[in-house]
Amino acid sequence: MEEKFYTITVYTENNVGLLNRVSGIFLKRHINIESMNASRSEIKGVHKYVILVKTTEDWVRKITGQLEKQIEVIKAFYHTDEEIIYQESALFKIKSDLLFDERQIQNIIKESNSQIVTVSRNFFVIAKTGRRHEIEELSNELEPYGIMQFVRSGRISVSKETMEISNILEKSQEIKTN
Amino acid sequence: MKSEVTKAQKKIKITGSEAVIHCLLAEGVKTVYGYPGGAIMPIYDELFKFQDKLHHVLTRHEQGAVHAAQGFARVSGKVGVAFATSGPGATNLVTGLADAQIDSNPVVCITGQVASHLLGSDAFQETDIVGISTPITKWNYQITDANEIPAILAKAFYIARTGRPGPVLIDITKDAQFQQFEFEYKKCTDIRSYKPVPDIDITKVEAAAQLINAAKKPMIVFGQGILLGNAEEELKTFIEKSGIPAAWTVLGLSALDSDHPLNVGMVGMHGNYAPNLLTNECDVLIALGMRFDDRVTGDLSRYAKQAKVIHFEIDPSEIDKNVKAAVPVLGNVKETLQQMMPLIEEKTYPEWFGEFKRLYDIEFEKVIQPELEPTKEGLTMAEVINQINKESNNEAIVVSDVGQHQMFTCRYAKFKNSKSNVTSGGLGTMGFALPASMGAAMGAPNRPVVAIAGDGGYQMTIQELGTIYQTQIPVKIVVLNNEFLGMVRQWQQLFFDKRYASTEMINPDFVKIAEGYHIPAKKVTKREELADAIHEMMTTEGAYFLEVVVEKEDNVFPMIPTGSSVSECRLS
Repeated sequence: MEEKFYTITVYTENNVGLLNRVSGIFLKRHINIESMNASRSEIKGVHKYVILVKTTEDWVRKITGQLEKQIEVIKAFYHTDEEIIYQESALFKIKSDLLFDERQIQNIIKESNSQIVTVSRNFFVIAKTGRRHEIEELSNELEPYGIMQFVRSGRISVSKETMEISNILEKSQEIKTN
Repeated sequence: MKSEVTKAQKKIKITGSEAVIHCLLAEGVKTVYGYPGGAIMPIYDELFKFQDKLHHVLTRHEQGAVHAAQGFARVSGKVGVAFATSGPGATNLVTGLADAQIDSNPVVCITGQVASHLLGSDAFQETDIVGISTPITKWNYQITDANEIPAILAKAFYIARTGRPGPVLIDITKDAQFQQFEFEYKKCTDIRSYKPVPDIDITKVEAAAQLINAAKKPMIVFGQGILLGNAEEELKTFIEKSGIPAAWTVLGLSALDSDHPLNVGMVGMHGNYAPNLLTNECDVLIALGMRFDDRVTGDLSRYAKQAKVIHFEIDPSEIDKNVKAAVPVLGNVKETLQQMMPLIEEKTYPEWFGEFKRLYDIEFEKVIQPELEPTKEGLTMAEVINQINKESNNEAIVVSDVGQHQMFTCRYAKFKNSKSNVTSGGLGTMGFALPASMGAAMGAPNRPVVAIAGDGGYQMTIQELGTIYQTQIPVKIVVLNNEFLGMVRQWQQLFFDKRYASTEMINPDFVKIAEGYHIPAKKVTKREELADAIHEMMTTEGAYFLEVVVEKEDNVFPMIPTGSSVSECRLS
């Protein structure tokens, strides 16, 4: 079966140690996590992991099932790239002299649709949000001038289809009050 | 239970430790297995005060405590409880937790932890047991504030026993054990992120019934789900109404009377010839509460490919994990079988059943008869187990360890009653039997309990003889001694050209050791002594130890070698 990128979205309770439990599922099946992002979700008190893996559909389905089996996981989904809107963010720290000495740098910033976040005496910081390849392109263009520091976030995504987390939680709430 | 008024119902200030005891009492716990130590001393201090209500069994090792809790859970269906201190106490639980996780045993382990201000400082006897136990627990949690104790323990018991059961570990820091707080206990009945039993899809039940009714050569394989779901009666009714031959996995053993006419034996690596071979001949395979373990399926790519598989299962993540199901029937197998029953047509399959009979006869002639009525001088494991059957009238609880004797036990032990076969199936934990038998004896106090171990596994937890003596637990211990790690030796013989690397055992005098623990003991070396010795063991009051010296180099057959298909089941 063909390996491709899958984005797994996991809605969870926000508890200490849950990251360990979630990442353990991947470890158990010897699957490398390409990137992982944890943040709050659209629902109050519910946490959301976005995990990018490269594997087969059979495996991603099994992993999603095992994730969902964890007590504090409310729901887990997996999607192909076509089924989601996704982005990554990156920061580039560059020597301030270059901004004035190298005219080309300003063109690169403009053409890449990135923003200057801060400028200080010694360095300035560019932020770029986009697809992985767009960030890589920008990185390649800046490389010859010297990048002091670089960091890229994990993939974050929202699905095109509706995620029925609120319904699931409401249903469980109904059971409780009945 | 309702009449028992504990402090659980009232709001008063007590310590975290006392709260732990009240929580256990409110959950109906009567026995705890454990081992004290620095970080759990406040809880033990409360145990001292409550010793008339809560019985603590001091094991000789924490692994013994958790296996005892498992044995208790397996025969009673209730949650088993084990205590351990921090650090080495907690890490000694690991094997038992892993065993309980893979075999779905409801167990709650409570560990003491260093005071919360010391967490992460490499304090004396500090270990990150929550981190360590994460992959081998259904759920775990660290309590650093006593106010959390009632709700977390309620949750622990709820999670351990509901849905597909499993082990839960709760780690409580020492300061939380001392902390005073207002105690109030409420049982947990719902967790919003946890759905223990999936909703039944009636269309799937109907589809399953349709497939079953139309089948020409159907076969049932049932697993531990039947025992865990208390679905023994439903299983029996289903089998009898549908007329379908039923085989079982190691952990499904005892859910159906061994002598039931439609019971066609065990599937898997050392299972019976007929159900293994006919797995690849049947047209509909009905899997009830089992998970297609690799020891059951052999080579997956050649497993039941011709059959439409109906999978009755409580855990959605098991569906299509190993074997693709044509019809997945999610839910508690007791309920799904009940719903399906009126849709099932009464039938018999004389010709198809004849196939099972024909293959059984081959196995009987080539394997079973030579094992039960050997012509060679040395005793066989099978004849010892057969003698236990006779002496106990198939009514004993049999707790086996891991290895050849375990496979002989599962093949030859007979059962009239459910929840009577206790063994480490998924993890294959040597050393399981002796401590698990203690819990089994306490979980089913009116039934005879026989622990059967090999000379290897017995010595892994042999110190529990001390617990058996101190607590006066009436278990009958049988060691089948072949002076080898027999299963590994068998593999060395078959697959490693008889290079017996580190499998020969030079053993101590087992009788003297048992006698050292004041347990009456006997050793049998000859066939003519066997029946009397087993009779004496079963009729002696209290614990008894029997060593039976068996043939050194016997092998367990049939066998499906690793990587082979169930069709390639070998008789020799």
